[in-house]
Amino acid sequence: MLTGAAMAQTGSGPAVAHFTLPNGLEVVVIPDRRAPVVTHMVWYRVGSADETPGKSGLAHFLEHLMFKGTAKNPAGKFSQVVSTIGGQENAFTSSDYTGYYQRVAREQLKTVMEFESDRMTGLVLTDKVVLPERDVILEEQNQRVENNPGSRLGQQMDAALYLNHPYGKPVIGWRHEMEKLDRADALAFYKRFYGPNNAILVVAGDVDANAVRKLAEDTYGKVARRSDIGPRVRPQEPPPVSPRFLTLADPRVEQPSVQRSYLVPSSSTAKRGEAEALEVLAHILGSGSNSRLYRALVVEKDIAVSAGAWYQGSALDATKFGVYGSPKPGIALPQIESEIDATIAALIAGGVTAEELERSKTRLIADSVYAQDNQATLARWYGTALTTGNSVEDVRAWPERIRAVTASAVQDAAKQWLDKRRSVTGYLIKDAAPQTEKRS
Amino acid sequence: MSRLKVLLALIGALGVALAGLPANAMTIERIVSPAGIEAWLVRESAVPLIALNYAFTGGSSEDPADKTGLANLAASLLDEGAGELDAKAFHERMENRAIELGFNVGRDNFHGTMRVLNEHRDEAFELLRLALSAPRFDADAVERVRGQVLSGLRRETSSPNSIASRRWWETAFAGHPYGRQTNGTLETVPRITVDDLKTFPKRVFAREGLKIAIVGDIDAKTAGVLIDRAFASLPAKGDLKPPQPVIPRGLGRRIVVDVDVPQAVVTFGAPGIARSDPDFMAAYIVNHILGGGSFSSRLYREVREKRGLAYSVSDNLIWFRQSAVFIGGTATRADRTGEALAIIEQEIKRMAESGPTEEEVAKAKSYLKGSYALGLDTSGKIASQLVQMQIDNLGIDYVQRRSAMIDAVTLADTRRVAKRLFDGGLLVTVAGRPKGLASQGQ
Repeated sequence: MLTGAAMAQTGSGPAVAHFTLPNGLEVVVIPDRRAPVVTHMVWYRVGSADETPGKSGLAHFLEHLMFKGTAKNPAGKFSQVVSTIGGQENAFTSSDYTGYYQRVAREQLKTVMEFESDRMTGLVLTDKVVLPERDVILEEQNQRVENNPGSRLGQQMDAALYLNHPYGKPVIGWRHEMEKLDRADALAFYKRFYGPNNAILVVAGDVDANAVRKLAEDTYGKVARRSDIGPRVRPQEPPPVSPRFLTLADPRVEQPSVQRSYLVPSSSTAKRGEAEALEVLAHILGSGSNSRLYRALVVEKDIAVSAGAWYQGSALDATKFGVYGSPKPGIALPQIESEIDATIAALIAGGVTAEELERSKTRLIADSVYAQDNQATLARWYGTALTTGNSVEDVRAWPERIRAVTASAVQDAAKQWLDKRRSVTGYLIKDAAPQTEKRS
Repeated sequence: MSRLKVLLALIGALGVALAGLPANAMTIERIVSPAGIEAWLVRESAVPLIALNYAFTGGSSEDPADKTGLANLAASLLDEGAGELDAKAFHERMENRAIELGFNVGRDNFHGTMRVLNEHRDEAFELLRLALSAPRFDADAVERVRGQVLSGLRRETSSPNSIASRRWWETAFAGHPYGRQTNGTLETVPRITVDDLKTFPKRVFAREGLKIAIVGDIDAKTAGVLIDRAFASLPAKGDLKPPQPVIPRGLGRRIVVDVDVPQAVVTFGAPGIARSDPDFMAAYIVNHILGGGSFSSRLYREVREKRGLAYSVSDNLIWFRQSAVFIGGTATRADRTGEALAIIEQEIKRMAESGPTEEEVAKAKSYLKGSYALGLDTSGKIASQLVQMQIDNLGIDYVQRRSAMIDAVTLADTRRVAKRLFDGGLLVTVAGRPKGLASQGQ
């Protein structure tokens, strides 16, 4: 998670406004006056990790069904208007949030706010629209997962990493549960989680905060708050005890790989400075061709075609730190895995150099300046932060927090969190056995 | 009924409000560097960065038939060592200043991008100069990157999307460079030698045909000096073998490639329309109505919304220097692939025969005018569009003229062009195990 906060120190960035309407709707306004357009987003503090057991995929299914109309605006009308006014729209669902957005000319902001506030509580669903849409999400699951061996491995690894927390479930859902989701499920979920006091409005673009406040009061401000939205309490992970290993064999695998995920703190659960250290660690260990893993596996040992690391810092609960490598032909996966282990062990033992630290920090801080060039990116940063337990101030302070990371903090983070007992390791291999069983 | 009226009233009002917005928002200057290199500049001081996009004439269609993937491999190696700097040193210089250099190969052009913080622009243009004029192609870097390209190609051999797409292009442009994928094949990439790689920049990186756009907090004089640093030492002319004009073939054919996946991937298409064709705008409108990227297209409505047959379905116009296609795709479960394809074919036929309705054309025009500004709201997007406008010879005032060009298209134009575009049959490729759907035609 990065931010627009570099603006504060370069003095050239926009002043972000943040306020809350009486009905509980939080509003963030990010000025970007370069083009006469706005990005309008509504984020709900609900994602797949908030689903009832047995209803996996419901948060995402509802996201699709939100385009099916209200009493006031029948199915398709909102999309038609957005299209007619030359706007773009879409929506997205993660474990922790669900978001809807339109990008339109600034004159059209009020129009999309009227439609979006109407569907905040006004959704109407019939089986005529729900049932074909369920087929659509099943096709989406086919497209994203069943047709893609790497995604299948990822799902298995998440399920193995999270012993108790719902992050172990795929956002798209388990197919056997998706097939049974219905209209009543969707409406119950909608009534439980959608309302102004569980939402964040983010507007970025050629507009000022006072104008947005007035428009928000006239539209979203009229939507009654829901009294029964409880705190987001999910079952938490027990302390991890044992490394887990799994292998996914699929006849379509032409490039095998090793993946590993560690259970680590997120920017929301971490102690002060810890998430920032993990961010820098992921960069030094595995971002780009001068990272430790790439240098060791791809260049020096010459056994892999790719290798790297990543950290998914934005999450409400404990999150993942990943490392991976794909072997050259003829190299076995255990050799890749042991070289990854050796690279991590060397970093834990010897720490990182001042040069590595500086280079990574430069890059991560520069990203926050580059982000100022894209209002949609900035809007997403703020929306993500506010739905995953962070604040506007956290976002603004990002460059300072990265700048404060020390070499010893990076080394400590590696030592404490890159412990195999906290991890699951997955092998993706080609299944050479003849296919007798038919996949459904 | 009343709903439709309201909507039409809305369109009327909006057309006026939106016209000309992008033009007001942005001024494009034509600048000429001290060495005589032309570039288009947009000055923008709000964000302390510079975005540079440029294109050389000559892309993967310059690859020898037995060494396809050459341009792509060369592009992947430009930041893997240049001048006195080996790969590690070159990357360190980039990373120390958070400089981004990108190199991409299309069929007709070699495209480059740069993004840099204003304070580091001198270093960035120096690194770009080295990458373009003195790439090293060290043997170890070549083998490393070749291994990565081959790994990607191996992955593609079992990916239904790649299989359907590759088969479509190979069939439509059999024997022509446009039929070959830019990343080459498992047979051709191993044949590429270091000498081959070294000839590529010499043949393609020339000032003739070079298109440049620069966006950021920089004045014309400084921009000219920096452009010269990166490009002035390149030769005036390249050594190109431009491809011959070609019309896509295989209409009426359906090719099913057996792949063991639960969801079949479909690619469909036919000849398109040249960017310079007077009917291009009409075709653009018609294509948007049929299957352009919004939630309101005919294909989206019929295939996804009404029947739930697919998550994605769309089609696009793509144009090259010597050809053009319209091409689309979808992915749908094996037992309903036939149904999905039948609906797509029926919608294309219906569009060819009856064309769009007046309301559809009005809405599409409104969308295409209004959405243009959304494609010009970041420095990178602006620079990319400005280079494409130069490649397409649209003129520096195109942004101002575009809305009037859209408005000038009549309903009769769209119907005539729909027939021209969609009446000739389709080439269809399918990767998967679609029930009851076999190859046909030859």
